[in-house]
Amino acid sequence: MTMLLEGLLVLIVLTNLLMLGSSRLGVYIRAGALQGVGLAFLFFTGEGGWPEVSITVLALVTMVVKGGVFPMLLFRTIRQAGVRREVEPYVGFTASLLIGVAAWGFASWVGGRLPLPGVIRSDLLVPTAMFTIFTGLFLIVARRNAITQVLGYLVLENGVFTFGVALETSTSFLVEMGILLDIFVGVFVMVITLFQINREIEEIHMDSSKLSALKD
Amino acid sequence: MSHAVLIAAAILLPLVGGLLGRLVGFHSGLARLTAAAGGVLGGLAGLGLGGDILWNGGQAIVNWPWFATGYGLTLAVDPLSAFFLLPVSVLTALAAVYGVAYLGHSHGGSSGAGHGAIDPANVGLFAGLLQTGMVLVLLVQDALGFLFSWELMSIAAFFVIALDDGQAENRSAAWTYLVATHIGSAFLILFFLFLGHRAGGLTFTDLARVTLSGQAQALLFVAALCGFGAKAGFVPLHVWLPDAHPAAPSHISAVMSGVMIKTGIYGLLRALTFLGAPPAWWGWVLVIIGFTSGILGMVFALAQRDLKRLLAYSSVENIGIVTLGMGIGLFGVATGQTTMGVLGLAGSLLHVLNHAMFKGVLFLGAGALVQGTGTRDLDHLGGLSRRMPGAAGSFLVGAVAICGLPPLNGFVSEFLIYLAAFHGLLGGQGFALLPSFLVIAGLALIGGLAAACFTNVYGIAFLGEPRTRAAGEVGASPGLMTLGMSGLALACVLLAIALPVVLPGLAPVLAPLLPIDGPTLLLELLRAGAPLRGVLALGALLLLLVGFLAFVRGRLLAGREVGETPTWDCGYAAPTARMSYTGSSFTQPLNDLFEPVRTGTVERPALVGLFPAPGRMATHPGDSFVGHLFTPLFTGAETLFQRLRWVQSGRLQVYVLYIAVTLLVLLGWNLW
Repeated sequence: MTMLLEGLLVLIVLTNLLMLGSSRLGVYIRAGALQGVGLAFLFFTGEGGWPEVSITVLALVTMVVKGGVFPMLLFRTIRQAGVRREVEPYVGFTASLLIGVAAWGFASWVGGRLPLPGVIRSDLLVPTAMFTIFTGLFLIVARRNAITQVLGYLVLENGVFTFGVALETSTSFLVEMGILLDIFVGVFVMVITLFQINREIEEIHMDSSKLSALKD
Repeated sequence: MSHAVLIAAAILLPLVGGLLGRLVGFHSGLARLTAAAGGVLGGLAGLGLGGDILWNGGQAIVNWPWFATGYGLTLAVDPLSAFFLLPVSVLTALAAVYGVAYLGHSHGGSSGAGHGAIDPANVGLFAGLLQTGMVLVLLVQDALGFLFSWELMSIAAFFVIALDDGQAENRSAAWTYLVATHIGSAFLILFFLFLGHRAGGLTFTDLARVTLSGQAQALLFVAALCGFGAKAGFVPLHVWLPDAHPAAPSHISAVMSGVMIKTGIYGLLRALTFLGAPPAWWGWVLVIIGFTSGILGMVFALAQRDLKRLLAYSSVENIGIVTLGMGIGLFGVATGQTTMGVLGLAGSLLHVLNHAMFKGVLFLGAGALVQGTGTRDLDHLGGLSRRMPGAAGSFLVGAVAICGLPPLNGFVSEFLIYLAAFHGLLGGQGFALLPSFLVIAGLALIGGLAAACFTNVYGIAFLGEPRTRAAGEVGASPGLMTLGMSGLALACVLLAIALPVVLPGLAPVLAPLLPIDGPTLLLELLRAGAPLRGVLALGALLLLLVGFLAFVRGRLLAGREVGETPTWDCGYAAPTARMSYTGSSFTQPLNDLFEPVRTGTVERPALVGLFPAPGRMATHPGDSFVGHLFTPLFTGAETLFQRLRWVQSGRLQVYVLYIAVTLLVLLGWNLW
């Protein structure tokens, strides 16, 4: 089981690095979807064999929403709103990767020092969660394209999700379900808003740096 | 009825009344009645509760669980809260009665008094909220609940001030108030957190048990002074008052000026019960604050032509008197002069009660004038005593009482403070005599100025001939308004008769503030009552004499013809009311005297040549603290903050970066 768990965690870290280093929106969306599905599998790595029904349902819903619905929505927005397929970085890809490596270092340090309740199943869990959160924040800050903002938000939430799995609290079902619903609505609203803004104001063109034209 | 029920009624009924009133807001009359019923019933419950505790002693405690959070809201009525509950209940109830008619009339939009646009249901809602907030402030027994209630009360008042937001000056008044009250709240949060940290708990029993070092005590006293002083209106923190009171509907001005600002005094007294034995410099500080607030309040009031602004400044003055009493009392306690301590604090407390009554009358009377004539400008009124006899009579009682003249209630409290100061003169020596001198000189000057000011107000508004057509066409106020005003005027008279007798009843209220045992305290209060009764009896005798002379005059004139001719005729063919003496001219000598401390602007016409063109002269009374302290202060702060505008880039990424960096730094700092 530890093998599977650590394999999944490595997958999540790799998708993060992929997103940091890629220039294509399509790659972003697919990497995000892969990360979401990987997360869902984290539920099945517990020691006690097959998890209870509620957790299974949660995992399945996560898989469908993050692996299917979100990518579909995002691709559809790109198609319909005519978004450029480039991510338009403020920070270059090599620099992004270097910062990513530094973030991994910081995340490992934090993971070693953060006092947490209970037993953590793998030393990799907390650093991975932290790293994913950092990556999400970085993507929001360092990319111009509005779709990447949505993705950054998703990745950030994936990190929080991983953290939840790491802690394995008994209240998780309700909380995780709530977060999932939250992010679903969030993505939905953002996608629709972007689409509408794009339709109303042609020149913004999914370039969030130009959203400042809307400030007071 | 049990105490628990009364407590719940006093707190909840005003709010429930306001909410129901808002629900039936489609029908103005029903909404006004519902809200007023809540206020009146809540007030009655509060009156019963406070009266019972003061009369029978003891205290009432209930515990309300707070939304199943495990945090319980402890409400208790001890003698100190009970005492403050009396004016709050009486004034809010009578103001609610008055409000039914006041709002009804102006809702018709005929008055043009600037209140035509307000929805009475909204006024009722926020008035109810304000009442609930004030009662909660008085009853709550822990720091968290206190801050919550304090905020509830402050926000309710903000909404009341901002209701008539069509006019720019009202919006600005509301913002000024909001800033002032939150600066105060900031100090209060500091006060309670620091004290609670030292005490290891936030209930008032915890806070009262703490022992503090001299330094901590001093810091806490200053924090309480700034926090509660902003609400009470100590100079220079008074600047919100003269803007806020004209903006609110008159009966709410009465409540705010009569009792809301007194919650600041309550808070300060409550804070004193936590802080332990007072050092002498607290007395000094309070005496100096009271001295400046009292005199400057009156100096600014004298220059006003706007009736409600004038009354607001007069509230600053009366808070000054309360503070003088408190200061001389604390000084007495600190220097071991018990009599002085008892008399000063007793006078201060009674002035709180008295001021609530007569300032209530005056604001309600001002409301009647505003509603009738559509203006607050004194120089546009005149001759109203014959047209509105009810309002005029009540206003006269209030005006005499506020000047501290016997035999009305204002005299009682001011006399006690005088007595305290004279005891200080007997007991102290050297430097320690100075506070007593300050109090005596201050009270004398304040009294003189107040007499001039209210002679001006009453004379200009009610006597003589109407100066404008609106003032000439006004009719008597509606019955409910007259009821509210005369109720409060009656309270002024009754208090004057009752206070000298029931003075020893203050003993349990004063006990936590004084380090002396019950019997001594009782004895001091009993002794203080004797001269009061003497002076009041003499005053009553004089009144009887005046009555007798009036009777004789009536008898002598009976059967003879009494004619009426215009004054100042002197053969002039076309006199108009505009030629009569105005308030500005009446107060000009005093205003000129205080010109250096008062910044106002005067526009004079340039008169040149042998036949100059017509010109206008206008005076605009200002507030030197606004012009010389707060405007530069806040403009400076704004310029400083403008330099930080670059932080607001308008880029989403940068904002997220701020958040991310803050979180990371905090995380790193925490784990280091």
